[in-house]
Amino acid sequence: MSKNIYLDYASTTPVDPRVVKAMLPFFSKKFGNTMSLHSFGQEAQQVLEESRIVVADLMKAEPNEIVFTGSATESNNLALKGIAFANKSKGKHIIISSIEHDCIIESSKWLEKQGFEITKLPVDQYGLINPEDIKKSIKKETILVSIIHGSNEIGTIQPIEQIGKICREKGVCFHTDASQSFGKIPIDVKKMNIDLLSASSHKMYGPKGIACLFVKEGTKIEPILHGGGQELRLRSSTINVSGIVGFAQACRICQKEIQKEGKKMIKLRDKLISVVLKKIPNSYLNGHPKKRLPNNANFRFDFIEGESIVIQLDLLGIAVSTGSACSSAKLEPSHVLLATGLKHEQAHGSLRVSLGRWTTKKDINYFLKVLPLIIKKLRKISPFKKND
Amino acid sequence: MTKIISKAGSYNQKVVKCFKNPKNYGQIKNPDGVGEVGNPVCGDVMKLYIKVAKNKKGEEIVKDIKFETFGCVAAIATSSILTQIAKGKTLKEALKIDNKKIIKSLGGLPPIKVHCSVLAANALKKAIGDYYSRNDSKKNE
Ligand code: FES
Repeated sequence: MSKNIYLDYASTTPVDPRVVKAMLPFFSKKFGNTMSLHSFGQEAQQVLEESRIVVADLMKAEPNEIVFTGSATESNNLALKGIAFANKSKGKHIIISSIEHDCIIESSKWLEKQGFEITKLPVDQYGLINPEDIKKSIKKETILVSIIHGSNEIGTIQPIEQIGKICREKGVCFHTDASQSFGKIPIDVKKMNIDLLSASSHKMYGPKGIACLFVKEGTKIEPILHGGGQELRLRSSTINVSGIVGFAQACRICQKEIQKEGKKMIKLRDKLISVVLKKIPNSYLNGHPKKRLPNNANFRFDFIEGESIVIQLDLLGIAVSTGSACSSAKLEPSHVLLATGLKHEQAHGSLRVSLGRWTTKKDINYFLKVLPLIIKKLRKISPFKKND
Repeated sequence: MTKIISKAGSYNQKVVKCFKNPKNYGQIKNPDGVGEVGNPVCGDVMKLYIKVAKNKKGEEIVKDIKFETFGCVAAIATSSILTQIAKGKTLKEALKIDNKKIIKSLGGLPPIKVHCSVLAANALKKAIGDYYSRNDSKKNE
């Protein structure tokens, strides 16, 4: 009776078998350290530079603008702290949004303690930032604007190109966290006026533990890891060659399949959204109906709590996630949902369903069959109004 | 205490079972006492209904008990197990049920979920309190 349906691709993805295959030689056979002068090292060095070209290509950057890191969290930390410390003589003001990932929010809080000033911009009910707000908030001391591209929770895609243009005109550095969008929707750092961009391998069918930060040539930035001087002196650490090879292979596949995959995903997603909203009373979509990641659907259901829904689904073999307070380590509802104007109890009943490369119509149909039953059951237990 | 890591988060199998097939949920028509509590930690709500009768010895007992819960897996599981423990007990005994007892009968809860079991224990105390105060006011009439 129990199935195995993974609908939590926004959390992490399985590694594509084609990626695994590309990585395998780089564990025991081609294991060299890129810093070594001998042929083992040089072989590693060469494959590193080849991989850099592939990753750069997918965002239309130059290879020497890609810095490999260990995670998107690290990339985001490097972007914020690196820009802050390199430019503090110019000013100490940074602008972010209220729906950034925790690693941006926490880095900003830490920078605040170091004497930087942070402006956190609000979003509308769909999670969209008004570019005009950015324009108004930039002042002489502003050194960085950091806005997430596609929301990891509600899927909303920000008008990055417009924001980039404003920042460029004002001469302010612009960073975007593209962890969820890179590989899923086309990105052109030049056209979009992006100075820094974070991307992650394990959200796009590559291995975990590898990510990158695009740093536009000429950008003033300080490293946060000091040591052997790898990655243009911006990220000292022995190079994770197998990881980078996997990341690059994942990029190659996305490069080839991005259009087709995007179309397939949007079709499945839109079906999922329309049927849920139709079949289940008192259900709503979080995030923007159109401007959203191809693979993200985020719902909320009145009168019930998200962890209960997630575990009920898990018992049937379906993996999804929630922004409910009960499920978080801090026992607080998702700051992203609250930023869109939801009340605590509304955020409580939220459910994120994220699709991926191996999601089938059959999976979605099964999900659509069992979800209404689960919601009904939990509402029966709830003390609140239940007009099912 | 051994903890079985089931498929469902960090809950043990007993908790999952109680959550999956909760007993005694819903409302009681014309209850003798109602206790409603909110969870100050995460904002959840639990409502408990009791019906009181007398046993052969003439002691007041929890004849029927039902719950309604808006909350997490632990909140639903603790509500269910609480009703099972309390049913048939004298009010005096029932008042002694605390969250430690609830957790023990569930075979343990993840530390972060202990606060949910406090909710259940408090709801029962409140429902019995409500019964007493209704009776008092009846007597005073
Ligand atoms: S009811 Fe919210 S954490 Fe248990």
